[in-house]
Amino acid sequence: MTTTLDRLFETLPWGPAPESAAAAQQWLDAHGRRFGMFVGGGWVPGAGGETLVTVNPATTEALATVAQGSAGDVDAAVAAARAALPGWAALTDHARAKHLYALARTVQRNARLLAVLESLDNGKPIRETRDIDVPLVARHFYHHAGWAQLRTSEFPGHEPVGVVAQIVPWNFPLLMVSWKVAPALAAGNTVVLKPAEFTPLTALCFAELAQEAGLPAGVLNVVTGDGRTGALLVEHAGVDKIAFTGSTEVGRIIRRATAGTGKKLTLELGGKSPFIVFEDADLDGVVEGVVDAIWFNQGQVCCAGSRLLVQESVAERLLGKLRARMEKLRVGPPLDKAVDMGAIVAPVQLERIRSLVAKGVEEGSTVWQPSWACPTEGWFYPPTLFTGVAPASTIAQVEIFGPVLVSMTFRTPAEAVALANNTPFGLAASVWSENINLALDVAPKLKAGVVWINATNLFDAAAGFGGYRESGFGREGGREGMYEYLRPAWEHAAKAAASPVAKAPARRAARAAAEAVPAVDRTPKLFIGGKQRRPDGGYSRKVLAPDGALLGEVGEGNRKDLRDAVEAAHAAAGWGRGAGHARAQVLYYVAENLSARAAEFAARIDAMTGVGRRGAAREVEQAVSRLFTYAAWADKWDGAVHQVPIRGVTLAMHEPVGVLGLVAPESPPLLGLVSLVAPAIALGNTTVVIPSSAHPLAATDFYAVLETSDLPAGVVNIVTGDRRALAAVLAEHFDVDGLWFFGSEEDRGAVRGVEEAAAGNMKRTWCSLVARDWGTALQGEGREFLRRATEVKNIWIPYGE
Amino acid sequence: MTTTRDPIRYQRLAPRPASDERLAGGAAPPVRNPGGPLDLDWVLAGRVNRSAAERRAETLPKRRTVKKEWQAAWLLRAITLIDLTTLAGDDTEGNVRRLCAKARRPVRADLLEALGASALPIHCAAACVYHAFVPAAVAELAGSGIPVAAVSAGFPAGLNPLPERIAEVRASVAAGAGEIDIVITRGHVLGGRWQALYDEIRAFREACGEAHLKAILGTGELATLTNVARASRVAMLAGADFIKTSTGKEAVNATLPVGLVMARAIRDYQERTGVAVGFKPAGGIRTAKGALDWMILMKEELGDAWLAPALFRLGASGLLTDIERQLEHFATGRYSAAYRHPMV
Repeated sequence: MTTTLDRLFETLPWGPAPESAAAAQQWLDAHGRRFGMFVGGGWVPGAGGETLVTVNPATTEALATVAQGSAGDVDAAVAAARAALPGWAALTDHARAKHLYALARTVQRNARLLAVLESLDNGKPIRETRDIDVPLVARHFYHHAGWAQLRTSEFPGHEPVGVVAQIVPWNFPLLMVSWKVAPALAAGNTVVLKPAEFTPLTALCFAELAQEAGLPAGVLNVVTGDGRTGALLVEHAGVDKIAFTGSTEVGRIIRRATAGTGKKLTLELGGKSPFIVFEDADLDGVVEGVVDAIWFNQGQVCCAGSRLLVQESVAERLLGKLRARMEKLRVGPPLDKAVDMGAIVAPVQLERIRSLVAKGVEEGSTVWQPSWACPTEGWFYPPTLFTGVAPASTIAQVEIFGPVLVSMTFRTPAEAVALANNTPFGLAASVWSENINLALDVAPKLKAGVVWINATNLFDAAAGFGGYRESGFGREGGREGMYEYLRPAWEHAAKAAASPVAKAPARRAARAAAEAVPAVDRTPKLFIGGKQRRPDGGYSRKVLAPDGALLGEVGEGNRKDLRDAVEAAHAAAGWGRGAGHARAQVLYYVAENLSARAAEFAARIDAMTGVGRRGAAREVEQAVSRLFTYAAWADKWDGAVHQVPIRGVTLAMHEPVGVLGLVAPESPPLLGLVSLVAPAIALGNTTVVIPSSAHPLAATDFYAVLETSDLPAGVVNIVTGDRRALAAVLAEHFDVDGLWFFGSEEDRGAVRGVEEAAAGNMKRTWCSLVARDWGTALQGEGREFLRRATEVKNIWIPYGE
Repeated sequence: MTTTRDPIRYQRLAPRPASDERLAGGAAPPVRNPGGPLDLDWVLAGRVNRSAAERRAETLPKRRTVKKEWQAAWLLRAITLIDLTTLAGDDTEGNVRRLCAKARRPVRADLLEALGASALPIHCAAACVYHAFVPAAVAELAGSGIPVAAVSAGFPAGLNPLPERIAEVRASVAAGAGEIDIVITRGHVLGGRWQALYDEIRAFREACGEAHLKAILGTGELATLTNVARASRVAMLAGADFIKTSTGKEAVNATLPVGLVMARAIRDYQERTGVAVGFKPAGGIRTAKGALDWMILMKEELGDAWLAPALFRLGASGLLTDIERQLEHFATGRYSAAYRHPMV
């Protein structure tokens, strides 16, 4: 029956092993290969009439025509989501859980259709969509069915954000849909989703399946289109939150576009993740790790281990093994069940890869590719290894987003960490060593949201995923991922703050002022690096009582003072590496010393604000209590051990954000300041504090308390002056990791500037303009402050001998 | 925006290297492994991350598959890799003779014809029996070119006094066994007595003379994959022509992670010495799919040379029937039944 069997018997080659595309093609045919938007529970044609064609990257054949979302389409989708919101948010937890569960089951029932459709549209191998993408999608909905069920009990005092705009990339089209949609719906939000222009099909298919599974109309809406549609969505006034996964470049645009709008934002952006190999690693295991790191999904993975850092002593051996392994990789038709790599998503991406590879060659690095050739139909690129790469090489710095690995060597663990962190990105890292001491020593030192030890590219709904630095902010998955789709319920009720300066009867204030002014002239200074310093500019600003009486003069801080303060804060980074217990002791001591001078502080507060002796005394007492609160938390803000489906543990470690800029509210002058400083330093951050511009003497008095409380120099730096102007400088500073700005509606313009400038290095901002009752535990302290002062790093540690 | 996309053809950057050297296929027997001095540094450098090894072993059969004619060809080849085995307490010369007959003619002639494979040299790689049945097997296989493999040296525990075990090896060779499967003292591995292990295998190698030595590591009793890696290295240094996973009598027999570790040890040894050592998983390989997974492992981790009986064997008994059923399915399009194929 066959004439070739004997030849095949002799040589045993790989043969074709195609997965049938019939069902997916039928689904496309059933829709006439033409798709509108999925809005309000059904298909609607694009309002603008413009269309785009989505293409199979492996064949360059058109798959379908989809609508280019116009302003009218986005309006309609947001309106549908808004209309559906009250009903969806009012559902019981259990009812929402049942919907999420139904989505998980639907994905499983249609697993093969979704896997094939994804492979067709994206070009990734069917093995990956079948074994990785789609199972993770189902897992994500199951996990979040659980969060829906538990939302009220596990997130008390919180409510959904509202209408959420979600923009997902083309590299994991359906998986990213699940990462976005599942937590949003579990929390009670409604969604307008925009899939990537290259890969809209599985999102559309999913929307249809979700509706068939009984998801109420308007809860999930899908608009298609290119970046213009995304921009319309981002700028839409009816959107309460934006969740974006994609390039850092676009993330920056979105950060700027949403600045000052109060829209909640999470960004999951690019990476140039290090893959660190120590000399005692299992090198054969490492080789497979590299395959899973950079030749997974053709290297089009934001967390791809694209920088191979190898200890010098084993570099040659490892590279030899790697080349041998690369020779065995198979690139071919994505629907072939026995290929390792499929096609690159689009010509523009292929062109980017080619030009960066050419750049690497031009800059003197050595390129190596296997001997076999790629198919010439379709957009394929072979696995590629660069050696002789220096940190100064372009290809060592920029995200290539293709199957291109750059390798460098290191001599010591410290050098490995330095090389690993020598990047603006901070998404993921992989550490390979058989020495648990070494691996667990290195992992916390890496600036990355996810660290895999002796593994790579492991994902699970229970473990948060997200980046440090310019890889974005916010987490997806786990408890922390749910918080991204919730907000404190009290904020909704609170009105935007009116003018914060309390008006007190002038007579009483004047008397208080007279009593508070000391007999001997005092010169409050800036507090930088543990030292009292005169302002660089040599100017002072007057501090007035409510009746206009002069209470004193404080330094007018400028950008150089802030520069020095930030440097001092970085020099104090050891604060975060110590034990929580030690930080608690310092906070208690600060409280003790503040309490000892309570009367003096109260008098000063009263003099500045006219709040009255009793009110001022209460503020001091509350500040002491607040210090106690965070002294209490300092050794209790534990991370978690997540249950992920591996033999191992995933440690969600709470790490400090780093250097935090803290812009205190105008009032209350002491309690507002302490309410920001205490949580920040309790968790190990170091700070640059900009106190109330109107009432800064509470802050300058406070540094005297800090000086006597064993607080290491540089942990708290205080720069007085114009809050808004100083905040703008801090927001632009590339070496500030996060910035909190507490103010009132009058600060909205300043906040817009802060959030725009913060896009420069993607620093985490927390800008809160709602009227906040600082004296209450609900609004003035607690877990939200702790979360904002924390980066969660998930460290995956498979084990087993 | 209506997008039309033109295919891009890219230029190859790397020069194409000369085609890689292939070791000889099945026909010519490979150079025997002479072994070498015990290099403990190299032995102890064998270090395996279990999770990484398991992940590779788990995904490998999902990354590769063969279908249709390719699968049929692979399955026919699989038959030629089988050490058709009977190692039961109630073995007699009668069932051993049946086994040997099956090893000579493993597939129904009409089925081979239907496959267009009548001209192919389809027979099992060896018949594997206890020492007591070597003469009967040798007689039954006379003229076939199929060697008899004897499990000697106190199989399966291997805890008899060493002189007795050596004597048994010599006796098996004298009785005509072309291949000797010995089982190592697992206690030497667990106790880190690498020199004792090396000496023991060296002694067996010497006793084998011209017969090929297969060293069974009893991996199910070695506790860790790192022990498997180290025992593999010692066995190869001691001159084993093959390293073999299991006796088939341990609670856990041939598993892909263990096979992966042993294959990588073979690769390392070849890189060091230039000598290709064979590999034999045994125990628990019962399905055609399972056999293909092992072959995929060989092709991916070691290369095509390890798809030939000179360097790769599958120790099995029931496996053959499942392969026959799959071949009949391929030939006829109908699912087969065991009774349609001649039994052992």
